[in-house]
Amino acid sequence: MTSLFEYAPAPESRSIVDIAPSYGLFIDGEFVDGTGEPFKTVNPATEEVLSQVSAGSDADVDRAVAAARRAFTRVWGPMRPADRGKYLFRIARLMQERSREFAVLESLDNGKPIRESRDVDVPLAAAHFFYHAGWADKLDHAGLGPGPRPLGVAGQVIPWNFPLLMLAWKVAPALATGNTVVLKPAETTPLTALLFAEICQQADLPPGVVNIVTGAGDTGRAVVEHDDVDKVAFTGSTEVGRSIARAVAGTRKSLTLELGGKAANIVFDDAPIDQAVEGIVQGIFFNQGHVCCAGSRLLVQESVHDEVIASLQRRISTLRVGDPLDKNTDLGAINSAEQLARIHELSDIGEAEGAQRWQPDCVLPDRGFWFPPTIFTQVSPAHRIARDEVFGPVLSVLTFRTPDEAVAKANNTTYGLSAGIWSEKGSRILKIANQLRAGVVWANTFNKFDPTSPFGGYKQSGYGREGGRHGLTGYLKGATHS
Amino acid sequence: MSDRLAVRKTYKLYVNGAFPRSESGRTYEVADAKGHFLANAAWASRKDARDAVVAARGAFAKWSGMTAYNRGQVLYRVAEMMEGRHAEFCEEVAAGEGLSGSKARAAVDAAVDRWVWYAGWTDKLAAVLGGANPVAGPYFDFSMPEPTGVVAVLAPQRSSLLGLVSVLAPVLAAGNTAVVVTSKERPLPAVTLAEVLATSDVPGGVVNVLTGDAEELGTWLAEHADVDGIDLTGAPAGRAMEFEREAAGTVKRVLRPPATEPEWTDDPGLARMTPFIETKTVWHPIGV
Repeated sequence: MTSLFEYAPAPESRSIVDIAPSYGLFIDGEFVDGTGEPFKTVNPATEEVLSQVSAGSDADVDRAVAAARRAFTRVWGPMRPADRGKYLFRIARLMQERSREFAVLESLDNGKPIRESRDVDVPLAAAHFFYHAGWADKLDHAGLGPGPRPLGVAGQVIPWNFPLLMLAWKVAPALATGNTVVLKPAETTPLTALLFAEICQQADLPPGVVNIVTGAGDTGRAVVEHDDVDKVAFTGSTEVGRSIARAVAGTRKSLTLELGGKAANIVFDDAPIDQAVEGIVQGIFFNQGHVCCAGSRLLVQESVHDEVIASLQRRISTLRVGDPLDKNTDLGAINSAEQLARIHELSDIGEAEGAQRWQPDCVLPDRGFWFPPTIFTQVSPAHRIARDEVFGPVLSVLTFRTPDEAVAKANNTTYGLSAGIWSEKGSRILKIANQLRAGVVWANTFNKFDPTSPFGGYKQSGYGREGGRHGLTGYLKGATHS
Repeated sequence: MSDRLAVRKTYKLYVNGAFPRSESGRTYEVADAKGHFLANAAWASRKDARDAVVAARGAFAKWSGMTAYNRGQVLYRVAEMMEGRHAEFCEEVAAGEGLSGSKARAAVDAAVDRWVWYAGWTDKLAAVLGGANPVAGPYFDFSMPEPTGVVAVLAPQRSSLLGLVSVLAPVLAAGNTAVVVTSKERPLPAVTLAEVLATSDVPGGVVNVLTGDAEELGTWLAEHADVDGIDLTGAPAGRAMEFEREAAGTVKRVLRPPATEPEWTDDPGLARMTPFIETKTVWHPIGV
């Protein structure tokens, strides 16, 4: 379809970032070479190699944990809580000051549109530090039981979909509660974590309080299984989450898991359809659908199905797929060749199982990893695309007739991270919200996040919460609520 | 002493509000602390455990859907009914645990009072654990506690009544339904408690009591895909880690066992409720 308005390219300049040809690990306040096999990180929009990054071996992880332990015992643990808070305020401010740099670097390494990294990822990451900074000297008043104490050394493993934001979700509460950190960023998106290490230096954060060990699965395993780690926090797939829970079983380690999802986004016949369509688009195409809480199962009331789908297709046809650094881009690149292959595989299975694929006419760049926004109609609850997490811009559409059927279908999943409800009727929204087995319910909105608002799943989407007063409990001894 | 011959009780399982024998037909001998025969208890099988999970799942919507006030009254009713059978509990606890009369009485008193304590919690949890979140945008955003679902409880092996009530009542107060595996060697007070539950307006299936071996039942419950959480307090020595591993297969919430069984007389706090409570956060726009 020819577009009514042509857009001129409006690329954000990448001159603000200065990517080194290679990076070491950040241990005990310094960048040091890792002893594992270094790996390359690429720009998924162009397949250009951005940098070579050290991989942490078992010995490197050992050194990082030892540094974190030393910092915990000698500096960070004994420090006046108000001073810990001040360091976190400093970090928040430094992140704000260098926000454009973070945003461009995030879009380069991850492939997400600059509009999102600039307006969502980076501001929220800074907000997480600012929010948690204030908790540092108020933990006695958090209502989490008497005299809350830190656990010690936290080993944290984060995914590639929101590299800096997930770092903030992990590091900010850990530090605010007096723990020290060994963080393993995702293999395909290590760069903003390494820039964050520079921020720690600029903030004069005491050495060893934050250690960043890059690498792949083996490095993550070494962090999780290290004997001197007191707390493990993981965000990623349910499959890896299970193996971490197994590895941690029988130890003293405290564990929080934020895993996969297959969220139902329920549209009732009394919903404001135009708003709902915007919410559906935001729910599934935000960050190319690389979102654990993505609204990937659209449940539409039968009577408005055709109207919603027509409107949705019209809207999707206006989405711009392409250069992540272009300020007009709606969908950026798929993060890796591996993830692209999985999206292709599940979409092909969707068709093979009888669902109807629809994609807009859109020209994809020649190089890089791309997948157009896609919707499947005539999906049945038994189809793989209705059950498996695709983690890509692929929406499965199912229908229902009654509210009870909507709830039954929404809850018919092993996941329970998030859900959406679209209706103009308040009492209906509240009733359905009560019945949905999901940790976050967005009513007449979707994919909203805030440091004050606890986030986390039911069922196999994991346990523990991140954000808010609830998020502190995962990092405190004897804290009595989750 | 009267020369009347006593009418003895048959100790059975408690599943879905009924008192069946084990489908396996198996029983085992229960002896008092001195080794004298007390009764034959049902030896619950894998199939009994599965039936219990089905019953607990079936009862979850009703129990968790009750108002907190109503749930609190039901739990208070349990205390009332226990009080009425105080003497029977004392006798069973004294025999099973080898306690003096006064110590057994103290344990039963504490068990009754524990129900009262938890009964008062049901309508306070949301205020204590939930609240409004001041998000930076035009949204009303609030968090509230909800029960995890079906919880398997391996009750303590030593404290057959006070310990049992101390692990069961918090799971129920939070709104979960339960499959309880009793102390293997001291199961009788648990069966009597089941009889109390059956006459206390606790809907059938909300609590299911299996007498038998936590070693085998624990494995099956830890790996059962329709169990959402497991309390390993009464796991046999050396098996807790294996159960926790099996529970990881479906990302169950796991309450690890204490190093040694506590005295159960301390203020319980929230620590046995929160492991089986989920936080749900709901957002809605303001002004659009």
